[in-house]
Amino acid sequence: MNLWLTLAVNSIALGGLLFLLSSGFSLIFGLMRIPNLMHGSFFMLGAYLGVTLLARGYNFWVAALASTAALALIGGLIERLLLRRLGGDPLPQVLLTLGGAFIVADLCLMLWTGDPWQPGTPDHLRGVVEVAGLYFPLFRLVIVAVGLIVAIGLWLLVDWTRLGAKIRAGVDDAPIARVVGIKVSQLFTLVFALGAALAGFGGVMGAPYLSVYPGLDFEMLPLALIVVILGGTGSLLGALVGSFLIGFLYNFGQAMFPDLAYVILFLPMLVILVLRPQGLFGKVVS
Amino acid sequence: MRASTSQLAAGALTLALLVSLPLWIGNTYYINIASQILIWAILALGLNLLVGYAGLTSLGHAGLFAIGGYVAAMLLAAGYGHLLAVLVALLVTLLASVLFALLALRATGIGFLMITLAMGQILWGIAYRWASLTNGDNGIPVASRPAPFGLSLAPAPAFYYATLVVFLLALASMAVFVRSPFGASLAGTRDQARRMTALGYNVWLIRFLTILFSGFWSGVAGLLFIYYNQFISPQVVALTTSAEALLMVISGGSGTLLGPIVGAGIVVIMKNVVSAYIERWNLVLGVIFILIISFMPEGLVPGSVRIWRLARQALRGKRVADAQGAEQPEASR
Repeated sequence: MNLWLTLAVNSIALGGLLFLLSSGFSLIFGLMRIPNLMHGSFFMLGAYLGVTLLARGYNFWVAALASTAALALIGGLIERLLLRRLGGDPLPQVLLTLGGAFIVADLCLMLWTGDPWQPGTPDHLRGVVEVAGLYFPLFRLVIVAVGLIVAIGLWLLVDWTRLGAKIRAGVDDAPIARVVGIKVSQLFTLVFALGAALAGFGGVMGAPYLSVYPGLDFEMLPLALIVVILGGTGSLLGALVGSFLIGFLYNFGQAMFPDLAYVILFLPMLVILVLRPQGLFGKVVS
Repeated sequence: MRASTSQLAAGALTLALLVSLPLWIGNTYYINIASQILIWAILALGLNLLVGYAGLTSLGHAGLFAIGGYVAAMLLAAGYGHLLAVLVALLVTLLASVLFALLALRATGIGFLMITLAMGQILWGIAYRWASLTNGDNGIPVASRPAPFGLSLAPAPAFYYATLVVFLLALASMAVFVRSPFGASLAGTRDQARRMTALGYNVWLIRFLTILFSGFWSGVAGLLFIYYNQFISPQVVALTTSAEALLMVISGGSGTLLGPIVGAGIVVIMKNVVSAYIERWNLVLGVIFILIISFMPEGLVPGSVRIWRLARQALRGKRVADAQGAEQPEASR
């Protein structure tokens, strides 16, 4: 297969993965305004849990759902027991989540050692798909499909359901939302748990592709950050576009300027910050 | 704010202890720890200008700390002299600070923090991944320490004194900075940015210059750091370094001059003690962060002052209450 086409397929797959990561970040940071520096840790923790379950012989989707649920629980507990007490002040939130990220990183190092784990692609997702005479690895396509399904699901949830309307009301004006009977505090726990769960799910989906190793957390966190800064905070469409943009940039950068690939990732963010600080699809906050 | 006699005496005593430290501390190991504390204190003081006085939290200071060090190490490895290496390193640090400030000041609050975090990670990416330039994970060794005015800084006490001199300069310049009218306007931009704009102050420019000043001292600390270790590697640029510096500022008490120094002392000593017993320094670091945030959010120095005052008030309050109790019958009569 053509090198450029391979790169393009990989880019789209990475984009789907980044969307799983950054949509959760967009919910937590963009919508709730919580600077969650543990987001990469959620991704890594989900990946490690998924890999462990896979190694025990569980089905891939069972492993994915189980670690997603575990991360939802962990995220919910962190929001309820720790973040809640800080009363919306960003600096303590940053320090707390940073401390949490260090703890998770060290615990993972303790439990899963420093060696990288790479589960094989699950059997039924192995193989290639032929489209118009070209062959695509099935698992990469699955990642993209899952990313798109999650994108549509989140869009429906936030924009078209009663729950979504309540969340938006709670974010826009918490006191008034409370007055009209919306349980804002419970909703926020739910949103945080959902964000953490998405990151964990992304971790499992990414594990056969990226492998899991110490330091993955702080490698993914800036990626989530760039995507959200690029797309505009709080915009799901922005997160989607940003994810694919970064996916392409990363793979093509890696192929063309291997030494500088990591740096190239940040260039669009810098350009956006200079020209359009609110991001591609962000609203200007008055 | 004028210093009281007791404060002056305490300052003089501390200075005397610091100057005579190599004489009474005995061991080279402890002299080196003292040098480390002073180096980190300079970085923490620089970061504190932003966190405490400007209200802008940076998580990218490891980048400003390390970039000068990297430039100096590369120039030294290429055979240039110490003076040139140090001057170029400081110049590059200032240029990097300008870029840093231009981009990060597109936002304030969380946005500022996130942008500085991203930029810190870019510099880490360069140090780690651009192996042909920075030698990647292997780092760059620094062959020798400089010998300003013919005094070799190779022995631990000599290096300690050089660090102490730089530290005192940094402290003095920051004391002047925060007490100057400029420092007052900086505090104004932190507390009431909109009103400061209305009063005709250029809030952006005030913040910009503060970032340059902070970046400069971070770079100086970074240069001392590479000369201390005679080595630099991507580890120095890692997020952990930025986080540790932030922990020093917050744990000691941001927005005070003493706090970051105390914080640097606590973190460096703890790191050395903890590392001697267990490998899990990051775990301990994380737990400390969460404990401080939960129980003493204003930092150890202001926190201790608060508790001390409360205790004193409680004691005095009791006495006053007793006295009032004694007077009461008289008053009711």
